[in-house]
Amino acid sequence: MDALPRAAPRPHLPAGALGLGALLVLAYGIVPLTGTSYLFEALLTPFLALALAGLGLNLLTGYAGLLSLGSAAFMAVGAYAAFNLSLRLPGLPLPASLLLAGFVAALAGLAAGLPALRLRGFYLAVSTLAVQFFVAWALNRIGWISDDSPSGVITAPRLVVAGLSFDDPRGRYLVSLTVVTLLTLVAWRLVSSPTGRNLVAIRDNETAARLVGVKVARTKLLAFAASSFVIGIAGALWAFAYLRTVEPAGFNLDRSFQILFIVIIGGLGTLRGAFLGAGFIVVLPLLLARLGAALLGDGFDSGTLEMVQRIVLGALIVALLIREPAGLAALLDRAGRRLGRRAA
Amino acid sequence: MPLTTRLRAALLAGTVMLAAAAPRAGWADEQYFPLQSYRVGPYAAGGTGFFGGFIDYLNLINARDGGVNGVKLTWSEGETQYEVERGVEVYERLKSRPGIAAWNPLSVGIAYAMIDRITADRVPLVTINHGRTDSTDGRVFPYVFPLLLNPYSETSGIIQYLGTRAGGLDKLKGKTIAVLYHGSPYGKETIPIYAQLAERYGFTVAQIEVPHPGNEQQSQWLTIRRLRPDFVVLRGWGVMNPVALKTAQKTGFPADRIVGNVWSNSEEDVIPAGDAAKGYVAITTQASGTAYPVIQEVVGKVYGAGNGNLADRKRIGSVYHNLGVLNGILNVEAVRIAQGKFGARTLTGDEVRWGFEHLRLDEARVAALGAKGLFHSINVTCANHEGEGRVTFQQWDGAKWTVVSDWIAPDWASLRPIIEASATAYAKEHGLTPRDCAAEEAADAAGKQAAAAAR
Amino acid sequence: MSPDLAFLIEVVVGGLLSGVMYALVAIGFVLIYKTSGVLNFAQGAMVLFAALTFVSLTERGLPFPAALAATLAAMGVVGLAVERTVLRPLVNQPPITLFMATLGVAYVIEGAAQLAWGTQVHGLDLGIDDTPIDLGGVLVSRFDLFAAATAGLMVALLSAFFRYTRTGLAFRAVADDPLAALNTGLRLPRIWSAVWIAAGIVALVAGLLWGARLGVQFSLSLVVLKALPVLVLGGFDSIAGAIVAGLIVGAVEKVSEVYLGPVIGGGIEGWIAYVAALGFLLVRPSGLFGLRAVERV
Repeated sequence: MDALPRAAPRPHLPAGALGLGALLVLAYGIVPLTGTSYLFEALLTPFLALALAGLGLNLLTGYAGLLSLGSAAFMAVGAYAAFNLSLRLPGLPLPASLLLAGFVAALAGLAAGLPALRLRGFYLAVSTLAVQFFVAWALNRIGWISDDSPSGVITAPRLVVAGLSFDDPRGRYLVSLTVVTLLTLVAWRLVSSPTGRNLVAIRDNETAARLVGVKVARTKLLAFAASSFVIGIAGALWAFAYLRTVEPAGFNLDRSFQILFIVIIGGLGTLRGAFLGAGFIVVLPLLLARLGAALLGDGFDSGTLEMVQRIVLGALIVALLIREPAGLAALLDRAGRRLGRRAA
Repeated sequence: MPLTTRLRAALLAGTVMLAAAAPRAGWADEQYFPLQSYRVGPYAAGGTGFFGGFIDYLNLINARDGGVNGVKLTWSEGETQYEVERGVEVYERLKSRPGIAAWNPLSVGIAYAMIDRITADRVPLVTINHGRTDSTDGRVFPYVFPLLLNPYSETSGIIQYLGTRAGGLDKLKGKTIAVLYHGSPYGKETIPIYAQLAERYGFTVAQIEVPHPGNEQQSQWLTIRRLRPDFVVLRGWGVMNPVALKTAQKTGFPADRIVGNVWSNSEEDVIPAGDAAKGYVAITTQASGTAYPVIQEVVGKVYGAGNGNLADRKRIGSVYHNLGVLNGILNVEAVRIAQGKFGARTLTGDEVRWGFEHLRLDEARVAALGAKGLFHSINVTCANHEGEGRVTFQQWDGAKWTVVSDWIAPDWASLRPIIEASATAYAKEHGLTPRDCAAEEAADAAGKQAAAAAR
Repeated sequence: MSPDLAFLIEVVVGGLLSGVMYALVAIGFVLIYKTSGVLNFAQGAMVLFAALTFVSLTERGLPFPAALAATLAAMGVVGLAVERTVLRPLVNQPPITLFMATLGVAYVIEGAAQLAWGTQVHGLDLGIDDTPIDLGGVLVSRFDLFAAATAGLMVALLSAFFRYTRTGLAFRAVADDPLAALNTGLRLPRIWSAVWIAAGIVALVAGLLWGARLGVQFSLSLVVLKALPVLVLGGFDSIAGAIVAGLIVGAVEKVSEVYLGPVIGGGIEGWIAYVAALGFLLVRPSGLFGLRAVERV
């Protein structure tokens, strides 16, 4: 922390700093000791990767107010960049290749952000679809990106940091957790810096922001780059730590929507929102499925169950948006305030 | 703190439920099949047919024979919607159950993501008619079985068939073949093989990509129209298939000169195309229809007892249903063969793997299983996990598929070096030492002799 | 006419006719966006629901007109229900929240459609032969012509509705200026209901035409992806724009796939339409018809 330049006045720690500390102790201390392989492999690792992607998109959509439907493409860029970096530069340590992959994704984000200088709203959103489909096409079309593998599906390299192998469920979880923690910290510094306030100013009123001297074009591009950087690393985690294969199909439009869901459900413009939203989107369907299976028995038609679950999930999303359009973060805040009042 | 308490209670309940995937302890003599099925989403029609057929056959074995030598077959399903991450979740959820025989995902993406996992967990992974081509080399992929047909053999089989249509493989010289492929890793996989075969037999090949999902193909078919090929090979997927047939009709290309691959060969691919599909030909490893004794038994003993898995009985004997039944036969026979060596009890994944590696069903055995004509034969060895599956071709007449060719043997010998080169590269990349199959087979034979001598 | 020129004409004509099919889907979006500012992503699910309901009813022995009427009624109910339970409570929320809500609605509709009618693939035969007619060396599909005629008829009916009926006039008033319309005593919810029903009918028409081509199955809901670049180019709020942009997008897509595809690699259709629409907007940000007001998320 101290190595970071202190150009910005150090922001106050949020009131929940204690809770945050407790959460970190839980995540680093208790979970790794008590968790099962299912918990790591099927719940926590994808949760962390998607939460990180949500965090990245929140920088763009939540803070800067720019809507993007191309998040999965940036995840793909990050994943494939990390793969190629570790393939072609064999000595490169994993943290470095993740970081560089983030920068490659940031470059892609810059390019994708150019239309944002002229377009807004849904026009911008649909223009990011161009990125989504172009990247999918390029990954499929250009052979060297997937090392000329005939099937186009490549196996991710093993997770080794500083000679230590993290190639087991717990290790993969810890690597993801560390990456997510560090990037969350960086994102928190960013949004509480003057740049972060500029982002919000553009979101709230672009003309006014311009009047008070915010460099609108530069800030918008910065938002795209920073957001894609984070999303790219999330993509690398998704591929390396979770699926352990890299293929274009997993980074499709549905994934982009999923990430947008995470941000909206969790709460736009809050860092917590991404985690809450990811919890909702990743864990809730599994809980619903287990609940259904538990109620109806093992032999029940899994297809029917899935469709009921889809209906319930859709209805829950709508209900949540009606009840609290500002997302789960706001819902929790309100609950917290109510608790505080009652305690007082 | 009512809310947090409630939240915590909910979370706790959730964890308990998630942990409820725990084994039902103490049931001896059961062999369990975890099924990563897909009954919703874009590929649901294939999933319901295939997993329906698989379950129907397992039911038949339990009902008719009381299991395999008294070992009851069990299964449960997890919905994947054909999505890789859901497949992985189901794998992680079900992998701790006891007595797992084999995994059968019927999805290329899920299969790829499972290779490392099942190899570490030492359970076989069956990818019938699909999967990773170089996993045919069992020396490098001991636990993966792309049974009957890998993508390369499929390509070779299709060209062999087109050779017979042209009046001999040598007559392909100077002909033009267009390959219309799905814009995905799956679609692209056979590009080099078609190019290679074109060079060998002297035909011209044009490989044309259809972007996913393939619901608009006007430009591709106009390109084909300009090209005037002798045949079009359809390497499609899902909705791309009926649209291809419809657009072919629209641009005046006759359906009987279009040949589909294994993912373009089902009723679901042709019915939506209506009349445009009449005369269309597709490759298959298993005939369709209900004329085979084993399918008749499924109808009588499973559906007759009200235990059938398909919601619509009309789909019994459809391509995917019969593929599911065939997949059931291969899995069950692998278990039976392994029981012959290890005893009639719940086997470990490693033991079932041995069974798959000795899955040799000649035509006589296939007939004894009631599947004569349903499929030809299989001959899996340590080095060859595909098992020399024969292919045949079926033509759609507007209402049903009719077989229109003999059982054709793909040119495995010429494909083998490509497969071995790819597998060797994989082994090197992953620091694996390929198994010595000759030595293992010798050891097996010696063990058998010793057992015979002891008797 | 040289064969090359004939081929070019064929490609362009084929593209224009495909474009009509894209416009058909796009019009459903426009109707709703125009009145309530919602990019209704459930439009694809509605297309699927409509086609699946219709085909399931006919398969159960209902005659064509009865099935059509029943499906129309079902679409009306769906449109009303969405308007009542989702949009009305969310009124005055930012567009992105509404957009997300329609995605939730899409889940519900897709799930319900498949739960009610199953996940099987159905063929849909409208009785129109899809064989080509030869017009001076250029092949034109009969079905495409029929689809174009249907689309034309639908647009004509919609225009007549907006021009000559009370609800239609109110609709235009709301589209032009919701606040002013409200002040003159127009009842917004009623208009929204009418618009959602209209969008349901458009979804049915699109579902039948697309379903006859693709078969009625889950992938039908993916046709919206073909409509989105059309919307960007033509504007989210202009029916005429949707038609013209649909034609342009269709032609550009086919011409570039056929002539550009071999140069930079085939399969570019998936994104070329988006890039073309985007390029056009960057040059002319006000879009094809220059009606667009500045908007934000």
